[in-house]
Amino acid sequence: MNVADSAPAMNNLIGSDADSQRTLYPYVTGTSVVGIKYKDGILLAADMGDYLACHDSGSYGSTLRYKTVERMKSVGKHSIIGASGEISDFQEIMRYLDELILYDNMWDDGNSFGPKEVHNYLTRVMYNRRNKFNPLWNSLVLGGVKNGQKYLGTVNMIGVHYEDNHVATGFGNHLSRPILRDEWHENLTFEEGVKLLEKCMRVLLYRDRSAVNKLQIAKITEEGVTISQPYSLKTFWNFAAFQNPTVGAEGSW
Amino acid sequence: MTKQQANWSPYDNNGGTCVAIAGADYCVIAADTRMSTGYSILSRDYSKIIQLADKSLMASSGFQADVRALQKVLAARHLIYQHQHNKQMSCPAMAQLLSNTLYYKRFFPYYAFNVLGGLDSEGKGCVFTYDAVGSYERVGYSSQGSGATLITPFLDNQLKSPSPLLLPAKDAVTPLSESEAIDLVKTCFASASERDIYTGDKLEIVILNASGIRREYLELRKD
Repeated sequence: MNVADSAPAMNNLIGSDADSQRTLYPYVTGTSVVGIKYKDGILLAADMGDYLACHDSGSYGSTLRYKTVERMKSVGKHSIIGASGEISDFQEIMRYLDELILYDNMWDDGNSFGPKEVHNYLTRVMYNRRNKFNPLWNSLVLGGVKNGQKYLGTVNMIGVHYEDNHVATGFGNHLSRPILRDEWHENLTFEEGVKLLEKCMRVLLYRDRSAVNKLQIAKITEEGVTISQPYSLKTFWNFAAFQNPTVGAEGSW
Repeated sequence: MTKQQANWSPYDNNGGTCVAIAGADYCVIAADTRMSTGYSILSRDYSKIIQLADKSLMASSGFQADVRALQKVLAARHLIYQHQHNKQMSCPAMAQLLSNTLYYKRFFPYYAFNVLGGLDSEGKGCVFTYDAVGSYERVGYSSQGSGATLITPFLDNQLKSPSPLLLPAKDAVTPLSESEAIDLVKTCFASASERDIYTGDKLEIVILNASGIRREYLELRKD
């Protein structure tokens, strides 16, 4: 049974005026976010580049349009969110979250939403938009600490979600998770955690076409949130095979 | 210049396999804990089994977001049932509710492949098996998900359930003991993990019987 075909619900939505009312494809996108748990809390890493989708509807290619985009933000007292995908949708998610936290504060009851609650809320929002065929085109990482309990989760544009000791979006799943599965362990120190994240981000820089060498690391502990100043990673390009790539096969490239 | 069309699917297959076996006075429900997408593993430790009521457990594989939403809907409906009837839902009642819930979204289905397991009102093991739109029947054993095609023929051979067409109806529950059934389940998953790339990592087994509920875990291949 091909379930994706049997969706007559889509008939009146595709190729009609209703198209102007919903997201068809992403326009300005950010690439991978990587997150890990460490001894004192959570560490997130993301670069600051945003690419424009193909500049006309027929051709290839994309343009690096924005180079100073903050793709990680704090949420309430106990959480941080990192987003990849469509940046305008991330900005709308931040408006939803700001309202969520505001209403939570207005209860003035001494309670505040922890990362688990925020992650659950985000999952419901993403899933419900997917149900209406108008998704928020993002993959989100949500991490935080509350009452000593660390939490790290992720949710994507169709509502698939899970929590783990390390998570990543997009290309990060292919390139960073294997490194983390090998090298992550409980009670990493802050320095070890940053080194591990930088290793992941370096691999992404080499191999992800849409990665840029300007990144931030966000840290959240029981004490609060810190997002680092942007910095760049050292890279090495002097491999012998790249010095004279066509030696032995003149005329090739 | 053609208009760019939507090129996203509202569905994904996050893989995994579920099995349930009904015994004379017990029920075994098992599922692997691997969650995947495409050729990537998202989590090696994600549970597909949920306890919906005292005597009902559901294991579901397929599209994880739909599975989770389905679990929440059923849990909420069970809570309302308890408020209204001052008792827990029986397993056959939950079976009907699950069927109705799935058919409710007949024209935008929950991409979830479910097995419901538990004890009926007489304390006998019961297993119900479903397709994505709510078609269901009570059986002695069932398997759903990516490894089902590998496991079902093996279970057919080992459990030899009598034909449901026989008159008078023969009991479908297995005469196997609880520990024999658990061993059989472990064998099923060990075999399925060899050949199904979406099945592996860890096996979660939940056993429901008159004394209550208990869990067992078994490591599976991680490749």
